[in-house]
Amino acid sequence: MKKLLFLLLALPTAVWAAGASVPLDRAPVNPHNQESLQRGASVFVNYCLSCHAAGYMRYNRMQDFGLSEALIKENLLFAADKPGETMQVSMRAKDAKEWFGVAPPDLSVITRSRGADWVYTYLRGFYRDNSRPMGWNNKVFDNVGMPHVLHDLQGQMVPVYRVEKSADGVEHKMLDRLELARPGSMTLAEYDALVGDLVNYLAWMGEPAKSQRMHIGVAVLLFLGLFYVVAFYLKKEYWKDVH
Amino acid sequence: MEKLLNWVDERFPLTASYKAHLSEYFAPKNFNFWYFFGSLALLVLVIQIVSGIFLTMHYKPDAALAFASVEYIMRDVDYGWLVRYIHSTGASMFFVVVYLHMFRGLIYGSYRQPRELIWIFGVIIYLVLMAEAFMGYLLPWGQMSYWGAQVIINLFAAVPVIGEDLSIWIRGDYVVGDATLNRFFALHVIALPLVLLGLVVAHLVALHEVGSNNPDGVEIKKLKDEHGKPLDGIPFHPYYTVKDILGVVVFLMVFAAIVFFAPEMGGYFLEYNNFIPADPLKTPEHIAPVWYFTPYYAILRAVPPILGSQFPGVALMGVAVLIFFLLPWLDKSPVKSIRYRGPKFKIALTLFVIAFIGLGILGILPATELYTWISRVLSVVYFAFFLLMPWYTRNDSVKPVPERVTK
Amino acid sequence: MSETSVDVSKRRFLVTMSSAVGGVAALGATVPFVLSMNPSARAKAAGAPVEVDLSKVEPGMLLAVEWRGQPVWVVQRTPEMLELLGKHDDKLTDAASDSSGQQPEYCKNPTRSIKPEYLIVVGICTHLGCSPTFRKEIGAADLGADWAGGWFCPCHGSRFDLAGRVFNGSPAPTNLVIPPHKYLSESKVLIGEDQGAA
Repeated sequence: MKKLLFLLLALPTAVWAAGASVPLDRAPVNPHNQESLQRGASVFVNYCLSCHAAGYMRYNRMQDFGLSEALIKENLLFAADKPGETMQVSMRAKDAKEWFGVAPPDLSVITRSRGADWVYTYLRGFYRDNSRPMGWNNKVFDNVGMPHVLHDLQGQMVPVYRVEKSADGVEHKMLDRLELARPGSMTLAEYDALVGDLVNYLAWMGEPAKSQRMHIGVAVLLFLGLFYVVAFYLKKEYWKDVH
Repeated sequence: MEKLLNWVDERFPLTASYKAHLSEYFAPKNFNFWYFFGSLALLVLVIQIVSGIFLTMHYKPDAALAFASVEYIMRDVDYGWLVRYIHSTGASMFFVVVYLHMFRGLIYGSYRQPRELIWIFGVIIYLVLMAEAFMGYLLPWGQMSYWGAQVIINLFAAVPVIGEDLSIWIRGDYVVGDATLNRFFALHVIALPLVLLGLVVAHLVALHEVGSNNPDGVEIKKLKDEHGKPLDGIPFHPYYTVKDILGVVVFLMVFAAIVFFAPEMGGYFLEYNNFIPADPLKTPEHIAPVWYFTPYYAILRAVPPILGSQFPGVALMGVAVLIFFLLPWLDKSPVKSIRYRGPKFKIALTLFVIAFIGLGILGILPATELYTWISRVLSVVYFAFFLLMPWYTRNDSVKPVPERVTK
Repeated sequence: MSETSVDVSKRRFLVTMSSAVGGVAALGATVPFVLSMNPSARAKAAGAPVEVDLSKVEPGMLLAVEWRGQPVWVVQRTPEMLELLGKHDDKLTDAASDSSGQQPEYCKNPTRSIKPEYLIVVGICTHLGCSPTFRKEIGAADLGADWAGGWFCPCHGSRFDLAGRVFNGSPAPTNLVIPPHKYLSESKVLIGEDQGAA
């Protein structure tokens, strides 16, 4: 145990250094854009939900961004019977671990731990790497177990490297950028828009109450503003006695 | 109405208590900004107790269910997200308010004779609050909860001889696990809040016995009018109740702004890694305690292991908190308030504030060699503030203290 | 302190205003806490309407389904059962189902159902919440020769007929509750949603 403690105290240094990496692109997150959320939900249900669960998210919560229960039932309910159910996945965690090396994580709050920008960059950062078991690697998540599920849409990206000399004169091969080698069914701009919608949906799913939260917040602050005025004159009136 | 009041008063000191603690409790008339934080701390305590009770109705203290039950509160429970954000924001704001309240005590010498016991009760409240916050932080059962608890409990393992057994006893298991979560839950929702309430009562009873200090550090009870009222005192009610209402409203605006628009506070009130369920096999890339513990964490990391033992660092961290108890006896100055103190104290206090905030920042950052050295320097400054206090307060060039309070 | 210059009415006005605003604030603050005790989305999902396939219910048989954690009985009454129903109105507390709230408006009829042959009823005794036993045998020895089939509550002996109506002299004050339900097709019924609702 003492060793563990020692390790934990020393650990941050090592990993922090390794963590500094690719700059992230800004995800177009907007919880008030209902159309984007609807498109994103459709992408999520069609592509992500085969492997990743969103175990805290109920299908019928999608009514919050303008889908009717009938519409949800008809178009989005593949893996469940009732709109009140949570987004579970049929694949067994044990099988998944065998296939991908790790069980695909639950995505309910993925943007709250990773950040929307990271997910946005990640989903656009897959490239061909034949040394990997699935043939794919990722620029923000090196040696990731997940294959590029959306490559039919994006096409195949290949890495372009640059050579950098570090202080001690050793040359390092660094990933410079990705280039489109074989186009997919979408242009890169269309693909970015699709991933943008998906990430917007993921961010919404991380905290479905967010837009309600902000609406209530404005009302609460306005009310407290009124309260302040009243309290201010009350205090001023009484403190006339003292001054 | 009056009959009823008489009936009650013959059986319970209602009117007498009202007079003693509100309408005829005389407080100095020169309270300033710094004097809001005592009543605000009481407000936050109430907020935490109420929101905590409602969270307890939905939360499950079970390692297999805890994380999911928090997300259940955030999504499935009507307004559960609001109750939870109020509680998480309240935890951090409690420390904001308490740190400012303690700083008030430092600058105006509120810990000085005859208020030593108020100060001691206060420091115990601070200690219990730290334990309360630490145990509450485990409950969401995210990665930071888990590994934070793992690290802190392992600190006890550094105690010579009994350490290993002690840390196992605290956890009730060989690692942080279901048993740990369950007992932390019991302590967090019942034991420590009860202790906290008792201490707050003691803190207030002691305060109302001797009366409040003020920015001039003048004892207002020395000069009284013919009715026995202090010349510089005003009844707490209505004057300080209406003033505190104003303070409360401003505080609630800040509180609401955080709850509704920045509940994560950039990852400082709710940490990003805590949205990943606890995984005993995988340590997050960077662990730091929640911001209110970081000054002490930085002191812990600043001390190198001596003879292969972490104990000196752990001990020094403990001393860093406990040393506050000694303050009433370390301060030898003839004056209380910073207004009449000399440059030596002012410099020492400034350095202390820089050290405390600096250590707080360093405790969040990863420990590089440079940062560790800065932490060491700041730790020395931190302790020097206390240990050299008898010397620099005695030799300081103080200004004369007026008879009456100033505006 | 100069007591002379105090404007009493102004103070009273300000105190009233502050009390009002403070009262609204306190009231508003309790709202989320009170609402958090409502059934959660999970409870609502678990209490969602239940679909029942009537082709599984044979004549004279009872099928129990769970809706909102309560047993709901679906009984297909035979023509003989229906015939006997009308013959003991004088022994019933509320033969015409007059007490409101015990059944939806569309079930306020002699058979207490939408289709006469299918009775759909919540299987909870209106006395103290036990679940009565289905006793369909006519003239059962322990229930008297004129027993026309129905339910007998083992807890305190309440008796109900095959329309869930309570007999005189039972401790239960009212008839068994008919839940809202609607027919989706000839043989499919949805329990928990009214006929009129979308």
